[in-house]
Amino acid sequence: MKAPIALLVKNLSFSYSGKKALDDVNFKIQQGECTILLGPNGAGKSTLFSLITRLYDTRSGRIELCGFDIKRQTRKALAKLGVVFQQTTLDMDLTVMQNLRYHASLHGMSRKQATQRIQEELERLDMVDRRFEQIRELNGGHRRRVEIARALLHKPSLLLLDEPTVGLDVPSRHDIVEHVHRLAVEQQMAVLWASHLIDEIYPQDRLIVLHKGRIKAQGTVDEVQALTHAATIKEAFYKLTQGEQA
Amino acid sequence: MKLLHYWRAMWGIIWRELWRFVTQRERFISALVRPLVWLFVFAAGFRAALGLAITPPYETYILYEVYITPGLIGMIQLFNGMQSSLSMVYDREMGSMRILMVCPLPRGFLLLSKLLAGTAVSIVQVYVFLAIAWFYEIQAPWQGYLWVLPALMLSGLMLGALGLLLSSFIKQLENFAGVMNFVIFPLFFMSTALYPLWKIKESSELLHNLAKYNPFSQAVELTRFALYEQFNQEAFIYTFVAFVIFMIAAIIGYNPSRGMMVRKGGG
Repeated sequence: MKAPIALLVKNLSFSYSGKKALDDVNFKIQQGECTILLGPNGAGKSTLFSLITRLYDTRSGRIELCGFDIKRQTRKALAKLGVVFQQTTLDMDLTVMQNLRYHASLHGMSRKQATQRIQEELERLDMVDRRFEQIRELNGGHRRRVEIARALLHKPSLLLLDEPTVGLDVPSRHDIVEHVHRLAVEQQMAVLWASHLIDEIYPQDRLIVLHKGRIKAQGTVDEVQALTHAATIKEAFYKLTQGEQA
Repeated sequence: MKLLHYWRAMWGIIWRELWRFVTQRERFISALVRPLVWLFVFAAGFRAALGLAITPPYETYILYEVYITPGLIGMIQLFNGMQSSLSMVYDREMGSMRILMVCPLPRGFLLLSKLLAGTAVSIVQVYVFLAIAWFYEIQAPWQGYLWVLPALMLSGLMLGALGLLLSSFIKQLENFAGVMNFVIFPLFFMSTALYPLWKIKESSELLHNLAKYNPFSQAVELTRFALYEQFNQEAFIYTFVAFVIFMIAAIIGYNPSRGMMVRKGGG
């Protein structure tokens, strides 16, 4: 039996003042699936994320989160969503705990419920001891962990991550990649991870290669490699993006 | 359950804003120094130059410092409203605005909560200012300090909504200097904060009309009357209508379908 669809994107196009940022994008993600959205800078990844999070309006095409249309059933759809944006969105002057409590309140959680969920997520990320530290005092890797914990507090069905490992050192990157992949398996969570780093892809992941606003290929790692007659995913990515530019 | 969600979110937003204000000591001090300099230096200097006739809500001759105090309260709220909008532009640039915007509540409600939070901060500032003014012997009837609270809420909301509206237009933090020149200063100087209307009329009919229809003047008058236990109906209606108009425009400004969010690009 197929897992339920967490994210459905259908015929999605978007333009900034006449210039197409996304052109007829179609894909879906099922529960428990980790999908890597691969594309060079300017491919349209962040635009796609802004549309899924309803920061931008969907004018052409449709986006559904767990069956809820983002345009018509915005609140129900957003309740299913956890997001880690590319830029850090934590309040530097507040502590880890205060930042997480703020988020819990935005999702209507009671104090007791929030305390319990914060404890669970911080434990999972090995951050409990740091809960009373100000964000300013944390390094980049730890800040990212807090953001991931925050995105998971309200138990979303879909986790969006927009290049969350940019600027992190190798061990921090590895920890985050590992943690998110584990979430997909253990919690049956759907993950959409935007990246331009090939080494963040696991063999079991699904891939979407986005270039100049269009999907160039999608499928499992093997399928994308087969489609491009490439021996590695790096080569496939090169063929799908650089090849065209040349 | 749903109502509880709204309540918790609103309280969370207000708490965050108050906490940030309390921990940013420099902001607290500078918010107080500005009106106090006006009170202790400017008003003291003008005391001799300006003669004020008895006009409502005052029942006797008053010192210029007494006249200017509601205007300086307005100044605190005006700067605070603009400061809130500045922090929203900053939040948007830094991304934390996105976290607010992707939570599952109506945007209008989230913006209103943000506005209430900013107003709460401004009210704290005003009461500290009034306490200092009390020791400087600018003393209103004690009930006036209670009466003024709802007036401060409305004027704070109106000026905050104006700031919110401006923040939906401002693309970058750097553009905020323009707000100082083209919004704060004209609003403040072309109002009844510093001089009564009849005094302005003596010098210029045009200036008089501008001051009369300036929503900031109405907010100042609402506060002035409330501080002396009187209700200025005209000022109340004017301030309330201005608040509604600014708020609706700000909500439209932040609406992804119609507003300026798309034009801002980013990502």
